[in-house]
Amino acid sequence: MTEVRFYGEPPPGIDQDWLPGRLIAIEGTDGVGRSTIISILKDYLEANGWGVVDSGLRRSPLVGPGIDQAKEGHTLDPITLNLFYATDFWDRFERIMLPALQAGMVVLADRYIFSLMARAIVRGAAREWLEQIYGFALIPDQTIYLDIDAEDLVLRILERGFDFWESGGDYLHDRSIYDGFMQHQREQLHEMSRMADRYGWDVVDARGTIEEVFEHVRRAVMPTVESMSRP
Amino acid sequence: MATSNEFMDLPGRLIVVEGIDGSGKSTQLDLLHKWLRSEGYVTVFTEWNSSPIVRDTTKRGKRKQLLTPMSFSLIHAADFASRTHEQILPALQAGVVVLADRYIYTAFARDAARGVNRKWVRDLYSFAPPPDLALYFHVSLEESIRRIGAARAEIKFYEAGMDLGLSEDISESFRLFQGRILREYDTLCDEYDITRIDAHQSLVTQQVLVRDLVEPLLEGMPRREVTNVPTHLQTGYVSLAAGGGL
Repeated sequence: MTEVRFYGEPPPGIDQDWLPGRLIAIEGTDGVGRSTIISILKDYLEANGWGVVDSGLRRSPLVGPGIDQAKEGHTLDPITLNLFYATDFWDRFERIMLPALQAGMVVLADRYIFSLMARAIVRGAAREWLEQIYGFALIPDQTIYLDIDAEDLVLRILERGFDFWESGGDYLHDRSIYDGFMQHQREQLHEMSRMADRYGWDVVDARGTIEEVFEHVRRAVMPTVESMSRP
Repeated sequence: MATSNEFMDLPGRLIVVEGIDGSGKSTQLDLLHKWLRSEGYVTVFTEWNSSPIVRDTTKRGKRKQLLTPMSFSLIHAADFASRTHEQILPALQAGVVVLADRYIYTAFARDAARGVNRKWVRDLYSFAPPPDLALYFHVSLEESIRRIGAARAEIKFYEAGMDLGLSEDISESFRLFQGRILREYDTLCDEYDITRIDAHQSLVTQQVLVRDLVEPLLEGMPRREVTNVPTHLQTGYVSLAAGGGL
């Protein structure tokens, strides 16, 4: 990271204007294979001598258990849910990502603020409000977007089963789980592709085999990783 | 999130009280609540940091001291959002009186005192319906400390702003942090339509003022016949807050 920059007003508690590590966000919708790719990429980078930390949603010690509990009841309105996720994101950023960046590590963020914004937008939250809130986020060195369409995505989901929230069950009532999934994912994918243009993401075709997708991702991230001094 | 126009058609009335710990705001709101009930008005009471969905997370964060200025701000906003969705908006839509012990100004004052960007916090809470009446109970730092001292033995970590490292000594930290909050409230009173009440006056004098301010807002609010059931046996009864604290 050459420079510490935020999307909006800088949050309190970060004094540096420069961090030695690299922040790489991996974005993509539910079931697109982010976690698998991140796990392979982490092993690969570590084998080559880089220090790597990965961080995914709902793993913050502060909020993780609370979100899981609240989601079980399916009672969350979009604004509360979004603020829960924003708290979770911030907690993980401060506790996991920031110290790793300070220590010169590569941080692979399994989703960044963008998925959180897309989820809230399709549920009716205002885009401007979300952009204001998530202005606290550090601008990553690179964002990789695992791109897929709903038709290809659903074939993967069928094998592992549908999830209530991934199918928009909380706001798309009176639809079959298949129709709900397709509509919710199409809308999310539409949002994500808008963001890909707007924020200048590196788009990787996620429809191939794991090996193919990994190779695309590896090629895309290596210049960012290697811009640090070699281990 | 929402423009204030969105809230213009809500038939209910939103009355909120603000002030630092020891200002007596909860006592005043409680007395107001009892009066409104005795007059037959349907009222909904909501309290800062009390959402059943979010409260446990905040509690854990406080107990384990996991909260930093930003996560403190965000989790309280989540709590407020949940209560807005489940308590405040439905009651305003139904056209009844909502009484809120602390509202968005508490977040504006506390978060700014913790160094969070003021504009960011205001944007964060832009989904909140604006109150019809906001009362700020102004009390000096010395008086609030005297009152809290009488009611409570121990000051809590986050109430004293111990997370900011202002002082190793919790009493001194409390004094410095609450002083910052008082200054924020002063600014807020200029920025927003907030009615300032001198909380050094007697409890009864203040309550008379409060009722005078509330009365004009009650026109057209639904009333029901008052029963002879003692107030403490009615549902939704809120006990007199004795130095509540959050």
